[in-house]
Amino acid sequence: MSALNPTQEIIIRPNQSWLHVDWRGIIQYRDLVMLMVRRDFIARYKQTILGPAWFVINPILTSLTFTLVFSRVLGVATAGVPPVLFYLSGMLGWSYFSNLMTTTSSALLHNASLFGKVYFPRLIVPLSMSISSCIAFAIQLCTFLSVLAFYGLTDRLSVSLPQVLYAIACLPLIVVHTAVLALGVGLCMASLTAKYRDFQHLTGFVLQLWMYATPVIFPFSHIQAKFPGYSWIAAVNPMAAVVETIRSLFFGSPAMPASYIMISVAVSLVLFVLGVLLFQRTARTFIDTV
Amino acid sequence: MSHPTISVRNVSKKYRLGHVGMTTLRDELQRRWARLRGDHTALGVTAAREKADSPSEFWAVRDVSFDVEQGDVVGLIGRNGAGKSTLLKILSRITEPTLGEIRIRGRVASLLEVGTGFHPELSGRENIFLNGAVLGMARSETRRKFDEIVEFSEIGKFIDTPVKRYSSGMYVRLAFAVAAHLEPEILIVDEVLAVGDVAFQRKCLGKVKEISQGQGRTVLFVSHNMNAVENICTRGVMLRQGQLVRQGSDVRDIVRQYLAEHQRMEGTATWQNPDNSFANEFFRVDRFYLADRDGEVLTPPVPNDSPISVVIEGEVLKPDSNLQIGYGLFTDDMELLYYSTNLDQPEASWIEWQRGSCRLTSRIPARLLNEGKYRVGLYLSLYRRRWICEPGVKGPTVMFEIIGGLSDSPCLVVRRAGYLSPVFEWKVSSGVELLAEAE
Repeated sequence: MSALNPTQEIIIRPNQSWLHVDWRGIIQYRDLVMLMVRRDFIARYKQTILGPAWFVINPILTSLTFTLVFSRVLGVATAGVPPVLFYLSGMLGWSYFSNLMTTTSSALLHNASLFGKVYFPRLIVPLSMSISSCIAFAIQLCTFLSVLAFYGLTDRLSVSLPQVLYAIACLPLIVVHTAVLALGVGLCMASLTAKYRDFQHLTGFVLQLWMYATPVIFPFSHIQAKFPGYSWIAAVNPMAAVVETIRSLFFGSPAMPASYIMISVAVSLVLFVLGVLLFQRTARTFIDTV
Repeated sequence: MSHPTISVRNVSKKYRLGHVGMTTLRDELQRRWARLRGDHTALGVTAAREKADSPSEFWAVRDVSFDVEQGDVVGLIGRNGAGKSTLLKILSRITEPTLGEIRIRGRVASLLEVGTGFHPELSGRENIFLNGAVLGMARSETRRKFDEIVEFSEIGKFIDTPVKRYSSGMYVRLAFAVAAHLEPEILIVDEVLAVGDVAFQRKCLGKVKEISQGQGRTVLFVSHNMNAVENICTRGVMLRQGQLVRQGSDVRDIVRQYLAEHQRMEGTATWQNPDNSFANEFFRVDRFYLADRDGEVLTPPVPNDSPISVVIEGEVLKPDSNLQIGYGLFTDDMELLYYSTNLDQPEASWIEWQRGSCRLTSRIPARLLNEGKYRVGLYLSLYRRRWICEPGVKGPTVMFEIIGGLSDSPCLVVRRAGYLSPVFEWKVSSGVELLAEAE
């Protein structure tokens, strides 16, 4: 890469096609992806005492709160799973999604000063974000597994090791699926936000509503039981499949129908393609409107 | 090489001023909706509104074309708002042109700002890698150059300190060091050299020169330091209000044109005497002016390396060997630098005065005065008897300004202190020569 390579010709033209994504550039800049992941990780926990421990504290506090409010006070059933584990497992997929979507949706605006000064394929930034969020996911997974082990060893819940191992083996696929979805939605949001700041305010709100539409704090079986004819509506929400699948993998609860999972994957892919195209189209000139 | 490294063809860039916001969102939705329905009347309405808005459009760059060959150091010259930075932004793919096409052969690294992508919380070491990657360097490449970068930046032991604790000078040095060790085929530099202390600026310019001459890389360079442009650029591209005014390899000439256009001086380089002021029985002054190399009246400003002639035209009314004509050179705040007159030379070369018109010319040598404004006062007296015009006290004064041309050395491109900025020869004796001289 360091040698003079005059055969590589860059053509700069106005209004290039929507499909013009600089894949080759992304491969060339692959080192930047990892360096940005490192930067995000280090920068976030510099000058904090607990450092990455926040990744553990956060979900634990959240699930304790959920346990208190939804399970104890409101008495929402948790499909036979201990409430703390139920919420922890629900939060696992959901917080990865919400983290990634939030950061991606501000990818353009937060990096405006950088984008205004130097060129690199803009998709590098959301790409590195999806990997950054994996670190949080991994730590959260460890927390969940520790609690699961605690319940298993103290015989409060029958945990079969092969099942857990199988579940862990399946997780990367689910993470990829979630990343695709979060990037898709996030990139759409980022493109819209670049021009109209209104969408900035919308992102947080959308996420909040979306969480309630997703079986994070209640089992999917509740929806099926209450609205038997309309459960497919919940299935169109791709996150429902993600959260439910993680749970069924670990606890052996009934999985979502395969058709629902297929729909979820398809919706995610469509959103992803839309997001990437919209993003690369916006990113090429967005610096003029900042 | 048959293909230019950079070929810019009819590039234009339009900006929309003012409202990008809710109104445009509404307009845009209306327009999209109209287009969707094929409703041309509605489309026409919004189009008309767009047209009415056209004063809010602004062409930052208009129809610019030029070629750059490999190894060229191109100086983009123009005032603020002439479109230099926009052009650099388009060339470095930060934004797109509205019209036109650019073909670039090779890897581009742009330095529109020092320390792009630096994160304050990260250490110098971490930032070197991050910044390198942002500018397009692979990690292995950065690792190979790491020691060189640290050495160039003079950061030393602070390399593991977060950069937020750095002084601004250290920050800039580190940032430039990373950029200077990139190995792109094309380097785009915007006014970066305006920062850092003089010693470091010198180092940077040296590096830019080395990059282009030693390594055959192409450099595009924007600076308001005309000395730097003259010194390191091999081509000049001059922009005015987004349009290309002039380009070519006669950088000095382009710089001169730019300076002449944009730095008008108050005061003039010529003084006429229609109403016969300072009348006396010996000499009548008609004209007192400054001329350039070709004898034309000087158009300021002048580079330091071209001579200036002081010209006095008039009529000798009564020849007198004591008639002393000359000038006094002053700084802008009227501090005297020196006098020079026709009676300074040995008696043998004095002028034999004859009745009638005459012209006296004396040359202020090139490479004498520092950058700045100077005044020239007419010196007219009868030696030791009386003043007719005493420079700085009474009598006409003409002015000129020196900008640029300080030296061909990369180490003298920024104005140093002092009124004079001569370039003298230096002889260095060493070793055996030194011993021989001692004997």
